[in-house]
Amino acid sequence: MPGLGTSFGRGGATTAQQDLANADAVLIMGSSMAEQHPVGFRFVVRAREQGATVIHVDPRFTRTSAMADIWVPLRAGTDIVFLGAMINYVLERGKEFRDYVVPYTNAATIIREDFKDTEDLAGVFSGWDDKEHKYATDSWLYEGKHGGGAASDERASAAHGLWGKDRGGQPTDLMPAERDETLQHPRCVFQILKRHFARYTPELVERVCGTPKDQFLRVAEAYSSASGPDKTGAICYALGWTQHSMGVQMIRAAAILQQLLGNMGRPGGGILALRGHASIQGSTDIPTLYDILPGYLPMPNFQAGTHTLASYIEQNGTRTGWWFNTDKYIVSLLKAYYGEAATAANDYGYNWLPRITGDHSHQGYWMDMDDGKMSGLFVFGQNPAVGAPNSRLERRALGNLDWLVVRDLVETETATFWCDSPEVERGELRPESIKTEVFLMPAASHVEKEGCFTNTQRLLQWREKAIEPPGDARSDTWFVYHLGRRLKAKAANDRRPRNAGLNALTWDYHTEGAIDEPVVEEVLQEINGRRVGDGTLVSGFRELKADGSTACGCWIYSGVFPEPGRNRANERQSQDYLGHGWGFSWPSDRRIMYNRASARPDGSPWSERKKLVWWDAAKREWTGLDVPDFTVTKPPDYQPPDGATGDDALPGDAPFIMHADGMGWIWVPIGLRDGPLPTYYEPLESPVTNALYPDHPSNPPADKMERKDNRYVPIGDARFPHVLMTYRLTEHHTAGGMSRYLSHLAELQPEFFAEISPELAQTIGARHGGWVTVASPRGVVEARALVTARMTSLRVDGRVIHQVGLPYHWGTRGLVTGDSANDLIAMSEEPNVRIMETKGLVCHVAPGRRPRGRAALTYLESLMRGDHVADHRVSH
Amino acid sequence: MPTTAFLTDSTLCIGCKACEVACKEYNQVPADGYEWSGRSYDNTLQLGHSTWRHVAFLEMDTAFGIGGNSGEQISWSFVSDVCKHCEHAGCLEACPTGSIMRTEFATVYVQPDICNGCGYCVVGCPFGVIDRRPDDGRAFKCTFCYDRQLAGEQPACAKVCPTNSILFGELDDLRARADRRIDELHARGVEDAVLYDPRDTSVGGIHAMFIVRGDPEAYNLPAKPEVPTIYLRDAWRSAAAAAFFAIGGTALAFLARAHNSVGRQPSAVLRQSAGKRAAADRLRLPDANRQPPVHAHGETGDDRNLL
Repeated sequence: MPGLGTSFGRGGATTAQQDLANADAVLIMGSSMAEQHPVGFRFVVRAREQGATVIHVDPRFTRTSAMADIWVPLRAGTDIVFLGAMINYVLERGKEFRDYVVPYTNAATIIREDFKDTEDLAGVFSGWDDKEHKYATDSWLYEGKHGGGAASDERASAAHGLWGKDRGGQPTDLMPAERDETLQHPRCVFQILKRHFARYTPELVERVCGTPKDQFLRVAEAYSSASGPDKTGAICYALGWTQHSMGVQMIRAAAILQQLLGNMGRPGGGILALRGHASIQGSTDIPTLYDILPGYLPMPNFQAGTHTLASYIEQNGTRTGWWFNTDKYIVSLLKAYYGEAATAANDYGYNWLPRITGDHSHQGYWMDMDDGKMSGLFVFGQNPAVGAPNSRLERRALGNLDWLVVRDLVETETATFWCDSPEVERGELRPESIKTEVFLMPAASHVEKEGCFTNTQRLLQWREKAIEPPGDARSDTWFVYHLGRRLKAKAANDRRPRNAGLNALTWDYHTEGAIDEPVVEEVLQEINGRRVGDGTLVSGFRELKADGSTACGCWIYSGVFPEPGRNRANERQSQDYLGHGWGFSWPSDRRIMYNRASARPDGSPWSERKKLVWWDAAKREWTGLDVPDFTVTKPPDYQPPDGATGDDALPGDAPFIMHADGMGWIWVPIGLRDGPLPTYYEPLESPVTNALYPDHPSNPPADKMERKDNRYVPIGDARFPHVLMTYRLTEHHTAGGMSRYLSHLAELQPEFFAEISPELAQTIGARHGGWVTVASPRGVVEARALVTARMTSLRVDGRVIHQVGLPYHWGTRGLVTGDSANDLIAMSEEPNVRIMETKGLVCHVAPGRRPRGRAALTYLESLMRGDHVADHRVSH
Repeated sequence: MPTTAFLTDSTLCIGCKACEVACKEYNQVPADGYEWSGRSYDNTLQLGHSTWRHVAFLEMDTAFGIGGNSGEQISWSFVSDVCKHCEHAGCLEACPTGSIMRTEFATVYVQPDICNGCGYCVVGCPFGVIDRRPDDGRAFKCTFCYDRQLAGEQPACAKVCPTNSILFGELDDLRARADRRIDELHARGVEDAVLYDPRDTSVGGIHAMFIVRGDPEAYNLPAKPEVPTIYLRDAWRSAAAAAFFAIGGTALAFLARAHNSVGRQPSAVLRQSAGKRAAADRLRLPDANRQPPVHAHGETGDDRNLL
């Protein structure tokens, strides 16, 4: 999560959901929290009951809006304009919490003279290379600093991990930085920020977002009032921000706002990244991603040329700040992977790690599959035939594999793409000519296996097994362990270099029970870390060493199993409102990160009401209601001596200890691929052009991955005049594998529907309860029409824009079936995380059912030819 | 045993339907069909034989900038409906088999192994709650998780409600809590918040109360629910008069017996229904209506003795 990672130092939600109850205002944007996180939403309700203002900004009036004090609509994908105008509102009125902003953020830091803003260059920052389609970021650095990445230099820019996207890690020195604490220097971040957002006015919001000006002002006033020593506000977001071609920058805009208002590291403040389902946070901490290793260590990149451990550490470590410890964490990880085979002489097996050689993200490898470049695929707990973007392309691509393994609770559409997909009905796939061999392996459900989930607030919670899995169903741990065991056995006598890492891999977990289930607590202990010599568990990451004497599977989780018999993830005695004693929150059980900022620079609480962590002068240590996210004995007036490194190089009033300068980053000098500040761009497809930068309608480095089966239409195209967005319902689970097959859930939302406004229904002649056919350049689906005033048609730049909402849960199988909304979505890549844009593309809507069989494709082509433009003129 | 109750506060309900699902899962209630209704997000539509908790979705006029629970206007409201477990329960009074009984928690419980599917209870319920299952004809409704209560647990729906919209507790405590909540909402500007607990009708109050905004009838909560048996006195008088005139003198010889078997006992039911429970209690065995029926079906705890 580079939005948070680059802003604050760690890519995780900064606070705990319980703490939302302490907020004076809660802004929910890019999320329908009440629907997708109903359990955590209780704390938002509690905040409201205690007098907080709950604000929901969303294109749709959802169940979250219904619980809010204020709901305002906006056009999907224009969040940066809305947030930018809130930033401008704060700056124009001097509402920033200056006593916080000056010491704790880089607002005072001077930026290099060669930096040029999007306002100077009509839509791009300095460093844009139009040919390479990427930025050289050197000019974004602090005054007098060098490094960054050159667009033309593959070594520096090919890899994501290289730039430390999830952590604000940076391969360059940022200290000491030149600062002007009066915030007057024309090149200080604060002044650049002011100029950058000066055009983000309430009028622009009305023109671009379609949000009436007075409604915007109401939100800006209500939220910016929750600021100061005695007040805080919290922001919650989810996939409504992340799934955009500029999603990281939406989160960045929120991070800037929160820093200006002094809301980070304080009770009732923070930014809560709401994760979509169980252990999604865990799957980035110990990643299923291709570009990072456990604990946000970058995956080595072939082109970066870091072919020795020393060069890897040099490129990814920092001289100052916490990432100075990179060597300890990577060596301990390698010791956990390779055990005795990892020695100082062989760089602890560093060169056995795979290298990134290209785009191995979901979109990247699926395009490779479409091109016939992949032979096999494992699908665990995922149903891309329904849940992934351009699911038509994805289903067809599956037919290019030699083999496909699907592990799931039920036979999902991914496992049956070859016999009952819409492509079979349309004659695009013929079962008899598909060579893919499909293996369907029954998986154990969450009650049939034990282990850890890491939830949305970085909380590790142990889950016990209630019953044995039925029949041949097995846990994922079982499957991976026994697969690894068999592969190791096969490779044991094959000493080719390609097998060296596999042969060296430690794979010695004990198993138990009739089915030889691996002992999962042993895995958690490995993650926690041990001393190699005597095998004793370490009590936390401060004990990890770079000399090979410790092994640790994920340094940020270290401390979860500090001694035998003490699995802190399984602790169930909550002692306070933050839940200490219940589970284990990484890092080091800190529930609110960066909590040094909850005290003034001198170490005293900002106020009695908002106290959390403070300096106890008598005991000479930090203390309080949370575990301090700070070196406990470092006094507030500590000044680093010359030549100090690591955490010692940060002063006693620098709360963001992961960053090389200890500051919160209003300005991101390095780590992002699309700019040091958020800027307004339209989605990759849009009914309107970019009001500020007509030459750069969408995020310049975003990748549309445009090709024959992943088509787009240009801005303002009359063939597809409406805004399209997809989302989930409370009643279903993502692609439906865990809900469409269960009667008690399936009956609650039994059919695919399209939510449209009464205005749109009237325009196209659709009837509530009838059918509508929704199409995009990628595909065509049919849905029941749910005509509701909760969908708002907005007046944007003088014309009426209709928005169409499609929940995406249905497919061809289960108790309830329907078309898949993801057939309409394009595969695309946001530049930092390579996520697709699912909110804010465009579509065509017409009453009636879609054509069957091949006629559906004919219809789509006729739409592309423009045969149906006159059917539904956009009203003016 | 305490008199237990629900207080369902719609101003806290987020419409997640966890109560519906938990109820069905725990009580092993079958699904109700896979029909899309088009009525907002509500596809189970009403309480019935296989929906014992039901979340209603009320979409009202929306206005820019006003959330549903602001003081100004309702936009989209959710309320989780359930059997009211009436103080004077029409279903219980109509049940001829003794299947429907009042538990020691003063809740109204249908014993499925006694129910013969006559359906009298269906027309006897002033709220349209109880319903016969088409496949076997028996009547079903919320059990108030009687078995869970016996085990000291709260009902499944209250247990899973993430926002405490469904509260479970002792009736008197919840009534006091409801009054405080109404005051609080009024003070916050939610002036149309009302407590639904029809104590001034023949129902005599309910053990599943609701806090809603605006007119309770919009939430399918009738303004003046009546227990049908209050009409019994008149009905029996008419019947007696008709019998008198039709049969004439012959009937006079049997008047005393007729009085015993017909006239007097319905009046007891009537008084129980229309008046205070204490008054009814004076006319029959102490707490006959409240004894646990579990071990000896039909022997105790039903109103059959009175009929």
